[in-house]
Amino acid sequence: MPRRFVVIWFRFLEADRVVRRRAELKEVPFAMALPQHGRMVVKSVNAVAYKHGVRAGMVVADCRAILPSLQVLDHDNDLVATTLLAMGEWCIRYTPVVAADPPDGLILDISGCAHLWGGEVPYLKEILSRLRAFGYHANAGMADTVGAAWAMAHFVPGDVIVATGQLTEALMPLPPDALRLPADVLSKLHKLGLYEIRSFMAMPRRALARRFGEILLMRLDQALGQAIEPICPIKPVVPHQVRKPCLDPVRTAAGLEHILRSMLEELCRRLANEDAGLRNCVLTCYRVDRDVQQVKIGTSRPSRDVPHLYKLFEQEICNIEPDLGIELFLLEATIVEALSPEQEALWSTKANTDKELSELIDRVAGKVGSDTIKRYLPDEHYWPERSVRIAGSLNEKPVTIWRKDIPRPVCLLPVPEVIDVTVPIPDYPPMLFRYKGELHQVVKADGPERIEQEWWIADGLQRDYYCVEDEQGSRFWLFRSGHYGSTEPKWFMHGFFA
Amino acid sequence: MEPLLKKEDIVKALQKEVLSMQRGGAATLNEQSVTGLGAIEDAFPGKEFPRAAVHEFISYDMGAAAATNGFMMGVAGKLMPASGVCVWVGAKRTVYPVALAQFGITPDRVIFIDPPRKKDVLWTIEEALKCDALQLVVGEIGELSFMESRRLQLAVERSSVTGFIHRRNPRTENTVACVSRWKITPAMSMADDGMPGLGMPRWHVQLQKVRNGKPGSWVLEWRNGMMCYVPKTIIALPEIHTRKTG
Repeated sequence: MPRRFVVIWFRFLEADRVVRRRAELKEVPFAMALPQHGRMVVKSVNAVAYKHGVRAGMVVADCRAILPSLQVLDHDNDLVATTLLAMGEWCIRYTPVVAADPPDGLILDISGCAHLWGGEVPYLKEILSRLRAFGYHANAGMADTVGAAWAMAHFVPGDVIVATGQLTEALMPLPPDALRLPADVLSKLHKLGLYEIRSFMAMPRRALARRFGEILLMRLDQALGQAIEPICPIKPVVPHQVRKPCLDPVRTAAGLEHILRSMLEELCRRLANEDAGLRNCVLTCYRVDRDVQQVKIGTSRPSRDVPHLYKLFEQEICNIEPDLGIELFLLEATIVEALSPEQEALWSTKANTDKELSELIDRVAGKVGSDTIKRYLPDEHYWPERSVRIAGSLNEKPVTIWRKDIPRPVCLLPVPEVIDVTVPIPDYPPMLFRYKGELHQVVKADGPERIEQEWWIADGLQRDYYCVEDEQGSRFWLFRSGHYGSTEPKWFMHGFFA
Repeated sequence: MEPLLKKEDIVKALQKEVLSMQRGGAATLNEQSVTGLGAIEDAFPGKEFPRAAVHEFISYDMGAAAATNGFMMGVAGKLMPASGVCVWVGAKRTVYPVALAQFGITPDRVIFIDPPRKKDVLWTIEEALKCDALQLVVGEIGELSFMESRRLQLAVERSSVTGFIHRRNPRTENTVACVSRWKITPAMSMADDGMPGLGMPRWHVQLQKVRNGKPGSWVLEWRNGMMCYVPKTIIALPEIHTRKTG
């Protein structure tokens, strides 16, 4: 079976993409530019600007001289690449093998596909009319080889279909640029007056190779179908999704649980094959009366354990109202992360413990919210509120050691509370203080321990901390904010010692 | 004399057997006793701190709450092996993680859960008590009914996790299904050699109820990572405050 290829060339890919987002630019001449060696160089233009003679590679100042109304936007290389990839994925509906041809083309291997659309002409028309309806300027060529199709798309106006076996005739009148040759070879060909492919097509191969290098022969062979040109197809990411349509609408909890379990098993089997685990999962239920019900779960670390995930869903399942019945279930893992195989974990004896623990945490997080679960690591600050930080994950290890050499209270108030004190000035612990309406006589005291505010983090006065003990034996951590001097410093209660 | 000795041995062995049956087979776990609890251990059945059980602690003011937390941390440090994990649940938790290190617990091995509602606190404590991977669960709540405490006890019997329930400012000291009831209040500390300033943490420890054991009351001091018994003679009396100014 002969192979057939379509090459689609998006002439103004980036500009068309921008217009799709910002419709007001449709009739306005604009160019995408990037600073290069201290000047703004045009990287791509739109159709309106092109008509007025603005071309890629020109300097913006020159373009403005030609066309004063030209708008200049920033060129975004990533946008072009992602757009092209997205277009490629979109084209998979027409053929399973689609390759990107950077910067602005797509290669479609359409062998055996066109007859499904009633022949090559309606097939190509269908693709191009859809693409043009999106607002893209698309040129296409169809031929037996990638090279010829590329040449037709780029160098022949209109959409060209080269019939099987007519490659040579079609290529003959085209310029050598149509062969995708490097610039130095092209300039050599032009210098020698070889403006058309036919003028050097019949030359002896050895002479061509000697003068222009092997590349010319390779490209010529590829265009004429005498050499194989491999293409690298786009592999779309298959979403981690399980669909389960039901013949009879599901109305009972038992049925729902059964379906959920089988869907989870299917999803986890796939995740196990990919060495991945899910972090977030959404169950969408489509009801007979077109209502959509959704429940979500999240885990604290990637998981593909069916019983565990099922348990997490069990807490949420009561929120689903089946009403007249659910006819379609869709289970989708929205966030998937790599999960190393269990074999690795076997070596550590704690593997099972960790799993049970993270399952407990997931259950709690599902019920009361993950923001209520905290684990602390030491941080190198003296300021008490900053000397611990919240750990990001269960496995995070402390970088520094926990300090035991300085007295720190067992209970620390999240916000220090103002107290009334009787205190000898300037630098003594209080003799008595009133906290929440209760009077405490200070019997013993230690201190002060001065802790300065870290100026690079926050402004504020330093604190002088005192450990004091009252007549009952209760031990407190008080501090004075600032000095005695021009202002009256305030005293605060900050913690309680054991 | 010989048969008499044998009889005592038999009674001891029988007592041990009965004890292990009462605990539902968890006794095998408790082979090594908790060292460093000093005089308290005599109060427990079999002279070992009851694990796989729920203990109740009651405190009424902030000073006592801090003392209770300190005592719990001290015991927890003895109960937990170096790689053990602890969960600390409380709605209005004020525990400062840095202090845990002073009582022999690595603070990063403690997971703090602060559910906003009381109902969720109880649910979380129960779920945590069911988890085998944990060594200890500390819960801070106010009221605890008998039925709720029974649920916690049932959870513990299956998983053999030790649970500490710290009841702060409860309205009534109702009967609960916990294995013991403790009341810890701060005691006047004494610095070494009569130096001024604060000494080591010192507590009045009251063990008001303990299943199969002898309740008692002690003054204990936390010193060098151990719970030390303080004889009555060197307990500091509250000083009579003399007015120095005014």
